[in-house]
Amino acid sequence: MSNATDDRDFFDWLGERATALQGWIDARFPMTDFWEAHVSKYYAPKNFNFWYIFGGIALVVLVLQIVTGIFLTMNYKPDAEKAFASVEYIMRDVDWGWLIRYMHSTGASAFFVVVYLHMFRGLMYGSYKKPRELLWLFGMAIYLCLMAEAFMGYLLPWGQMSYWGAQVIISLFGTVPGIGPGLAEWIRGDYYVSDITLNRFFALHVIALPLVLCGLVLFHLIALHSVGSNNPDGIEIKKKLGPDGVPLDGIPFHPYYTVKDTMAVIGFFFVFFLIVFFAPEMGGYFLEHANFEAANALKTPDHIAPVWYFTPFYAMLRAVPSFLGSQFPGVAVMGLAVVILFFLPWIDRNPVKSMRYRGPLYTLLLLVFAAAFAVLGYLGVKPATPVFSELAFRLTEVYFLFFAISWVYSETRGRAYLLKATATIVAVLVLADVARFSVMGDLVTRFHYLMWLLPGGATLMFVLLPAYTKLNDPLPVPERVTH
Amino acid sequence: MSHDGKHDTPAEGVDLNRRHILTVATSLAGAAGVAALVYPFLASMNPSERARAEGAPVEVPIAKLEPGEQTKVVWRGKSVSVIRRTPEMLEKMKEVQGDLLDPDSKEAQQPAYAVNEFRSRKPEILVLVTNCTHLGCSPAFSPEAVPQEFEPKWKGGFYCPCHGSKFDLAGRVYKNVPAPLNLVVPPYRFVNDDLIVVGEDEETRG
Repeated sequence: MSNATDDRDFFDWLGERATALQGWIDARFPMTDFWEAHVSKYYAPKNFNFWYIFGGIALVVLVLQIVTGIFLTMNYKPDAEKAFASVEYIMRDVDWGWLIRYMHSTGASAFFVVVYLHMFRGLMYGSYKKPRELLWLFGMAIYLCLMAEAFMGYLLPWGQMSYWGAQVIISLFGTVPGIGPGLAEWIRGDYYVSDITLNRFFALHVIALPLVLCGLVLFHLIALHSVGSNNPDGIEIKKKLGPDGVPLDGIPFHPYYTVKDTMAVIGFFFVFFLIVFFAPEMGGYFLEHANFEAANALKTPDHIAPVWYFTPFYAMLRAVPSFLGSQFPGVAVMGLAVVILFFLPWIDRNPVKSMRYRGPLYTLLLLVFAAAFAVLGYLGVKPATPVFSELAFRLTEVYFLFFAISWVYSETRGRAYLLKATATIVAVLVLADVARFSVMGDLVTRFHYLMWLLPGGATLMFVLLPAYTKLNDPLPVPERVTH
Repeated sequence: MSHDGKHDTPAEGVDLNRRHILTVATSLAGAAGVAALVYPFLASMNPSERARAEGAPVEVPIAKLEPGEQTKVVWRGKSVSVIRRTPEMLEKMKEVQGDLLDPDSKEAQQPAYAVNEFRSRKPEILVLVTNCTHLGCSPAFSPEAVPQEFEPKWKGGFYCPCHGSKFDLAGRVYKNVPAPLNLVVPPYRFVNDDLIVVGEDEETRG
């Protein structure tokens, strides 16, 4: 007998044993069924584009945050006296500690970059619409949980910005009418942000919220795999099945998308590690300069700004003036800006999912919405000068206009309806200004009136224009996905 | 619960009514147990005995406090300023009356004995929690009546670097700033002319 035959016998034998082992496991645990249902025979649309890489990347970043987080807790001390020094210790004395810590801090920002792009994908292709409303809601819950997780994590280094950022955000809860002060005390566990607050934020950051986050991600994926992925054409591939019951426009997740996503993750890590190695502070946007000084309850930094991923909402908070001796309106507007996203599936009820087939005006509306959000983010890191505050207020109006216009666009509207809608929106905008300007008195300048053109112009363009042009007429949706 | 299906038909002799009552009673008892168990967890997040004890009053000697000077103490983690105002300062305060949101201290931001022109027990001695009523930053004491970057017609007072709120020399908030209320006057009492206690007064001592 030759060696070649020996080898073949050996591999035949190994293959048989492997199959036997698989059979043994499958008789006791649905391993193969699970693999087929969720990976090798999970059919995803074949026309995914670049925008579909962010879900997979987000999952990888979640794992990265959990792993780096576990190793950070091995050296971090959640104690007001020791926390700041323990982070410096990790950076200087722990072997590779700097890498683990920078991966974790850069990972937090990367998480939000990826999640914001993932959400924008959902907006472009209508991924929140029937039958994916719950998928969207789980996703929004993940976003909310992520914000809490990031906020609490930012207190842990116990630097000046950690401290005063937490002070400002917890004060937001203190403005809730009636229960506010008690609520803020309950969150802090003290009369001010103290060691007690740090200790409980640590507990919530390392165990409670990550557990909730993982649970929500699981629900998000279960919902996704139950209804199937949307695609850039917004067409349900399950409606066109082949004789074998497989969607004609579907391809198995593995190997097609596992390979594509691996490619995306490699690209992501290329950029990610460029930042980790060469710009981990990102010019003060990922790690703020004031945070290299230990927390001091008696000295407020000259300029307090949250980390960049919260700044769009922070800009809204600052832009709304206090009313009747209460700071609550600004807080309410900020809260509403997040909450309203949950309701998007019931605000935009247009049956056409993808922006590709909703006419040029809708595409432009999405771009205006994204631009308003981005500029608000920029304004949120800048000092609140009168000009910036006014701009922030106007962009806040544009942000909310997106939802009003989405409601209007839910079906094909007649000219009379559009004229009425224009009049209503303009009236609301004017009323808001009358109330605001009466409080501001002689601080109102020509600039304040000029800035009205932002929300006013958007209203005229997006609500009035469709009454006289075909710019918002829906386009024919193809039967099958395009390439 | 449906009883029309074949599989739901109960065995002979089962009292469905009784089973239903038992199910409801068990569920209610379980829910009550969960509610009772949740309370101690939530309550454990309130300020602890130690946190409350550390919120105790602090003594501030003011014998060496010169006119126009401030001294700072920490009470409940808040920065409390004690300032001996000069007669000129007290005069200047009258000039800004019209620019203030609540010049007569109508909002409950001070004990009853500080509801007056100077928001203090003795006109010259001001006791103030210098945490901004906007979002809790710490406004800086800027006593001189000289033009400032943030206000060319500055008459002296407090300026918050975070969001630009302005307060006069009695901690009263200016109009058109983010802060909606005057700075808080904490409870305090004079032990004698040279010593005050912040955090307690006749009322809180009982």
